[in-house]
Amino acid sequence: MKRRIGIRLALIAATILVSLVLFLPSTPLYSSMPDWWKRYLPSQGVTLGLDLQGGMHVVLRVESDKAVEGIVDRALATLPPALIDRKLAGVTPKRIGPLELELDFTGQETEEATGTLRDGLIKLMEDSYPTLYNTDRTIPKEKGQPGRLVFRVRESDAARIKESAVSQALETIRNRVDQFGVAEPLIQRQETDQILVQLPGIKDPQRALDLIGRTAQLEFTLLDEESPVWSKLPAFVPVGQEETIVKEISPQLAADDELLFERETVKDTGDVRKRPYIVKRIPALTGDLLTDARVSIGQFNEAYVSITFNSAGAQLFKKVTTDNVKKRLAIVLDNTVYSAPVIQEPINNGRAQISGSFTTQQANDLAVVLRAGALPAPVTIIQNVTVGPTLGRDSIEAGIKAALVGAGLVLLFMLVYYRLSGLIADVALLFNVVLLVGALAMFGATLTLPGLAGIILTIGMAVDSNILIFERIREELRQQRPVRLAIDAGYEKAFVTIIDSHVTTLITALVLFMLGTGPIKGFAVTLSLGVTINLFTSIVGTRVVFDWISGRRKLDTLSI
Amino acid sequence: MLELLGKTKIDFMSKRFIAFALSGLLMLSGVAALVQISRGHANLGIDFSGGTALQVRFAQPVLLSDARAALAGGGFGDAELQEMKTGNALLVRVKRQTSIEEKAAEKISALLQQRFPGNTLTVESTMEIGPTIGQHLRDDAVLATTIALVGIMIYIALRFEFRFGVAAAIATIHDVLAVLGILYLLDKEITLLVITSLLTLAGYSLTDKVVVFDRIRENLRHRRQESITEVINASINKVLSRTVVVSLCMVLAVSALYWWGGEVLHDFSLAMLLGVVIGTYSSVFVASPLLILWRGPIRA
Repeated sequence: MKRRIGIRLALIAATILVSLVLFLPSTPLYSSMPDWWKRYLPSQGVTLGLDLQGGMHVVLRVESDKAVEGIVDRALATLPPALIDRKLAGVTPKRIGPLELELDFTGQETEEATGTLRDGLIKLMEDSYPTLYNTDRTIPKEKGQPGRLVFRVRESDAARIKESAVSQALETIRNRVDQFGVAEPLIQRQETDQILVQLPGIKDPQRALDLIGRTAQLEFTLLDEESPVWSKLPAFVPVGQEETIVKEISPQLAADDELLFERETVKDTGDVRKRPYIVKRIPALTGDLLTDARVSIGQFNEAYVSITFNSAGAQLFKKVTTDNVKKRLAIVLDNTVYSAPVIQEPINNGRAQISGSFTTQQANDLAVVLRAGALPAPVTIIQNVTVGPTLGRDSIEAGIKAALVGAGLVLLFMLVYYRLSGLIADVALLFNVVLLVGALAMFGATLTLPGLAGIILTIGMAVDSNILIFERIREELRQQRPVRLAIDAGYEKAFVTIIDSHVTTLITALVLFMLGTGPIKGFAVTLSLGVTINLFTSIVGTRVVFDWISGRRKLDTLSI
Repeated sequence: MLELLGKTKIDFMSKRFIAFALSGLLMLSGVAALVQISRGHANLGIDFSGGTALQVRFAQPVLLSDARAALAGGGFGDAELQEMKTGNALLVRVKRQTSIEEKAAEKISALLQQRFPGNTLTVESTMEIGPTIGQHLRDDAVLATTIALVGIMIYIALRFEFRFGVAAAIATIHDVLAVLGILYLLDKEITLLVITSLLTLAGYSLTDKVVVFDRIRENLRHRRQESITEVINASINKVLSRTVVVSLCMVLAVSALYWWGGEVLHDFSLAMLLGVVIGTYSSVFVASPLLILWRGPIRA
């Protein structure tokens, strides 16, 4: 019997030691620990959740449908030159649905010509656009039937493109966050098309949001300076009126033109207004061809972003600038014109500048997103929870203060009500908390406000177990049982109850852990760990102390 | 031996009809709350309803009416404003479905800063929740709770008897509904944190029921001569001092959270406090009498 007590005592001492080592990094004490301690023993304290340390929790949804629609956009952009290449005249490609385009070749003189054209078109589409398939919706050979072909994005390709849009967006956002410089960011995919971004301790949440949420689709697009519609455009549009103007003007524009705006700040008054531009719908050059983007400072101390194209981009840029000297080229980012300079001469070095009225920080962020690349599809923010660092600190300070007061009251009560036994229970209770925090640190769990709630419930259950045991022992003592037997009987009878109550709670905790999201999960983690630890301390922990006390000498009374 | 209660001999079961009436009322309020919540008429937190909430702190005190006027002028006439207990902080909530692209939070802080130019404003927290998220969270919480309850019922049915499992589950649901009902009547905001507190109190309440049932089971085996009502009464009296002492400890701990835990934990601890009281009550007056209503195979 004595030897078994020894073993149990040793086991408990070892557990206390290990948990203390795990617990210490979570306390302020840790900073004053000796160096050798920090070097060889765990240094990872409990990670605080964003609600406690402050930070930003954002869920983005990748509009992956848009990435699929992009296939049709690209086909429409590249078809005209391809048609010319293959000498297929008299064909009008146009979009007829999000995932469908139509090739209209009505108006051929003979049926034979229509047939030849049809075969040529099918061949071209098969060769150059494998993701689009012929829906065979019209039978043009019948007499009087118009010559039309409808092509649609293949379902299997659409699924693949959606999938890769999300994973690519994840990668791009990760790159951007890395360049932004946040300590311990969490970026992960959830559901099928969502991305969770957690940035602890962030100081400027709006800036971070702009940085990760921006599509950053950079395009160089020629202005349609010959369009007759220019004369109908006002020089400036007040902010907020863009939609009305677009509605009014768009029907008059040529099919391959669109209306975009540039944001302008009036120097004297600081007012913001929008300047409209008629630009070609199909860009001459896009941002995916660049290799670098850097912030530079111009001669008037204004910040701009200078970009460098890769060799393919540089060649294309050279061709565009050579062919269009004295014409205006708009630099468009996410459908907003940044500037529309006149091409003075062909540019051979593959460099360009994006200017606008940037602050250095804005220019810097723009360079970051351009370097990291555009998102393959736009993202929308569906959840954004930001907790400032002071609020987080206030919460945790108040929470800890309240927990200390609450625990103090409970400890005091136990001590007064159960005396020596109460003291034993109190020590076990403290040990319980140390173990729990240590375990949380070991498993790398995050402590959130609901997690604190889980700890409080655990403390409640720990107290409950001890009270159960003590009340049972008291009952036995009232029946004049000797101390030794009363302790044994008390533990034995309470044991079943403790197991039952803990297992039921554990079931709840595990289900919540598996099915719960976010805060509920945090609660479940602390609760499951807490319940397990509780079971250990209340059944093994305090028991050994009682056994040790009653085993050393024959007790006539027990302080309980 | 210091004792709060000596040996008691209270006839709890004779009071069961009063208790059933009271519990019926409590559950009714809870059901009403549930109905209102699902209809979207309850005071749901932003995390469930979707919308925008932000907490701002001013360097100097501001008048609530001035702030309200400023927001109304900027198209946020439907914003709810609430002064925080601690220094010059203001909580602004817009519960309508704001798309996040509107940047409502940014606009609101700009409007307030415009209205009080000399008064430095810090945004302490913002929360913008899209419509789909709230629905998702709600479904998740309901699903998890249901499965947990079923799991517990099965466990208790295996360890005790089927009717014990059902009684414990009903009593636990009773507690959660009662607290939800009271919170609804007090017009407290139902946030995710409050839901967590409901889960916490479900855990606590269940433990409490198991303790009482354990004693009833034990006594049903040992005291075969007595009627079930007598056995239940005796069992409850036996565990009464434990029940009272444990509840007292919980009340001590949770009251501390209520008074000193800060704004965020305030409603959470209120729900817990209610839960401890109601949970203790229902172990004695709801869960146990249910066993009389539904007599199992042990005794007719």
